[in-house]
Amino acid sequence: MITCLGDMFFPEVGVAMVRLLRRLGVDVAFPPGQTCCGMPLFNSGYHADARAVAERTVRLFAGAEHVVVPSGSCAWMVKAEYPGLLSDHSVLHAEARALATRTYELSQFLVDVLKVSEVGSTFSGTLTYHDSCHLLRGLGESRAPRTLLRSLEHGALVELPGSDECCGFGGSFSVRLPEVSTAILDKKLASVEATGADCLVACDAGCLMQMGGGLSRRRSRVRALHLAQVLAPDGPA
Amino acid sequence: MSESSLGTPFAARARGALKDVYLQEALGIATTKFIGLRRESFEDFPQGDALRDRARAIKEATLQQLDRHLERLADNIERLGGHVHWAATGAEARDIILRLCRDKGVRMAVKSKSMATEEIELNEALEHAGVKPVETDLGEYIIQLAHEKPSHIIAPAIHKTKGQVADLFSKELGGHFEADPEVLTKVARVELRQKFLEADLGITGANFAVAETGTVVLVTNEGNGRMVTSLPRIHVAVMGMEKVIPSMTDLMVFLAILARSATGQKLSSYTTLVRGPRQPGEMEGPEEFHLILMDNGRTRQIAGTLREALYCLRCGACLNVCPVYRQIGGHAYGHTYPGPIGILLTAMLKGDASVKELAHASSLCGACKDVCPVRIDIPRMLVELRERLDTEKIAPWTERLLFGMARQMMMRPSWFRLGASVARLAQKPFARNGRLRALPLFFGKWTATRDLPAVAEKTFSERWRELGRP
Repeated sequence: MITCLGDMFFPEVGVAMVRLLRRLGVDVAFPPGQTCCGMPLFNSGYHADARAVAERTVRLFAGAEHVVVPSGSCAWMVKAEYPGLLSDHSVLHAEARALATRTYELSQFLVDVLKVSEVGSTFSGTLTYHDSCHLLRGLGESRAPRTLLRSLEHGALVELPGSDECCGFGGSFSVRLPEVSTAILDKKLASVEATGADCLVACDAGCLMQMGGGLSRRRSRVRALHLAQVLAPDGPA
Repeated sequence: MSESSLGTPFAARARGALKDVYLQEALGIATTKFIGLRRESFEDFPQGDALRDRARAIKEATLQQLDRHLERLADNIERLGGHVHWAATGAEARDIILRLCRDKGVRMAVKSKSMATEEIELNEALEHAGVKPVETDLGEYIIQLAHEKPSHIIAPAIHKTKGQVADLFSKELGGHFEADPEVLTKVARVELRQKFLEADLGITGANFAVAETGTVVLVTNEGNGRMVTSLPRIHVAVMGMEKVIPSMTDLMVFLAILARSATGQKLSSYTTLVRGPRQPGEMEGPEEFHLILMDNGRTRQIAGTLREALYCLRCGACLNVCPVYRQIGGHAYGHTYPGPIGILLTAMLKGDASVKELAHASSLCGACKDVCPVRIDIPRMLVELRERLDTEKIAPWTERLLFGMARQMMMRPSWFRLGASVARLAQKPFARNGRLRALPLFFGKWTATRDLPAVAEKTFSERWRELGRP
């Protein structure tokens, strides 16, 4: 599943994920017609609209054995909110619940389903990892991404102080209260830069848009990358 | 909070707070300290999680039969010789106290920290009626001297640096005091000692009230609560109705997690248990004891959408971890109760429409839910609140239109693709090295401080066709 931000702004993340999954022997399909998981609608309170999007997405992925999303928040949306949104419709509700159990955020899929703890990739430099809110507190995952990052040859993972604190994105929050969002971001980026890391890794398109946008604005030497990009650097798909 | 500060939209108040260097310094230090203390105290307390579940279950069950527990509490207090007053609104609660002051010739009242009395703006009402209220909690004392309101549920003066407090004391009390918390505390203690002895009335809130014994419980750290409840001849406790708990056993559960969540202490320095007025043969305690059971919007939420907010223990943990609160502090929220739980409590007291801006003052990061001792799902309730604002058309029509368009794009892949193509064309004049640095109109809210990635030359959907088979 490739959702809105990933499709439009970070296609290279999706490409890296496909490359990585294929390297690990996974048969990857991409059901056409994907748009967005509906979280922006849901979080702003437009639940009838989010319900329509959820219904559409549930149908789109009806045939998949596993659904892998390179974004913790979209995975959370599908896993935690779709069943509730579609609870009035018994057939759809059952399908939504089934989809919820089949859907995985990328790092969780790699570690929990494929039982992979290292992917045999190389990264030269120091990395630090930001825990995205929905992956950490929503899906309860802090271990899988770190396991994978530690496995990188020549790479060194340094812990980010306050890694569990929000980056200030929060979807529409980032433009409803841009100054507050930026103040939260500035604090996060100061911690990132203090680690001395070359690269900031996260597992969520939203956080990467926020933190990457901030790093690039302050002309930082730190690069913001998605886990998939670090695990599967450019090469043949 | 006074109406004048509510005249400024929330966003403007938040911007003001971000520019307040004293606030930023004080808030950063204090919230970081609270977070660390809380974390450490629960790390050493393996049974903490189970007790939190138990506490939540007690709150849930108690609310199911709130009337029964309240009646039992009232009966027991009356049996002990205390008076119980039922107040449907904040105004009623205020009037009960003012009438008491009039009838008993009260000229001065000492108070221990109480958010319930902040909620009903009691100090203003007392002053207006010619009764001098004196706050005796150090933080409350500071903000009373400064003519301000609390900016945190348990640390009312969290927004002030010690330098500011020293300046305030020097100016208001006469003298020159250094910015040393120990020195300043001593100054306040000397000032307050005489007030305790002079006051006719002691006013407190209540952290809990135990139905089976008629005990009002105060959790404090300065010992002032004890003085307020024992020295003046009358004691009035003002309590939100949801604070009743059935038994002393239940109290133990709450005490085990409350101070840990609030300040990282195993127990607060003082846990004061008050059972009615002075009994025959007792050495201390007031001649008269009054408990005001205040509804003020609470009971209609027992079966309402904000039900879970009634579990709140007022520990303040959700404020300390909230990224928004940590940046803007409590005053910017503009109401008695700040922070994530404050948004919900404000909606409870003043209605959903009163928080139409504040409902969005959260990135929904979930840190509040994580630390809440009774696991109130604050993010979920905020989302539900936003939904009500949308369906009741309280949200601005422009926003509703925008999200309606977003829905259309999400429902139709062709529109979604078209959107990407239009964006690619429109961004051309602004893009440099794949980054957009300054966009006009609405998009400027993002690009004022952050770069935006340009919409890719080829979206993932377009690249998928080239990915082929391995």
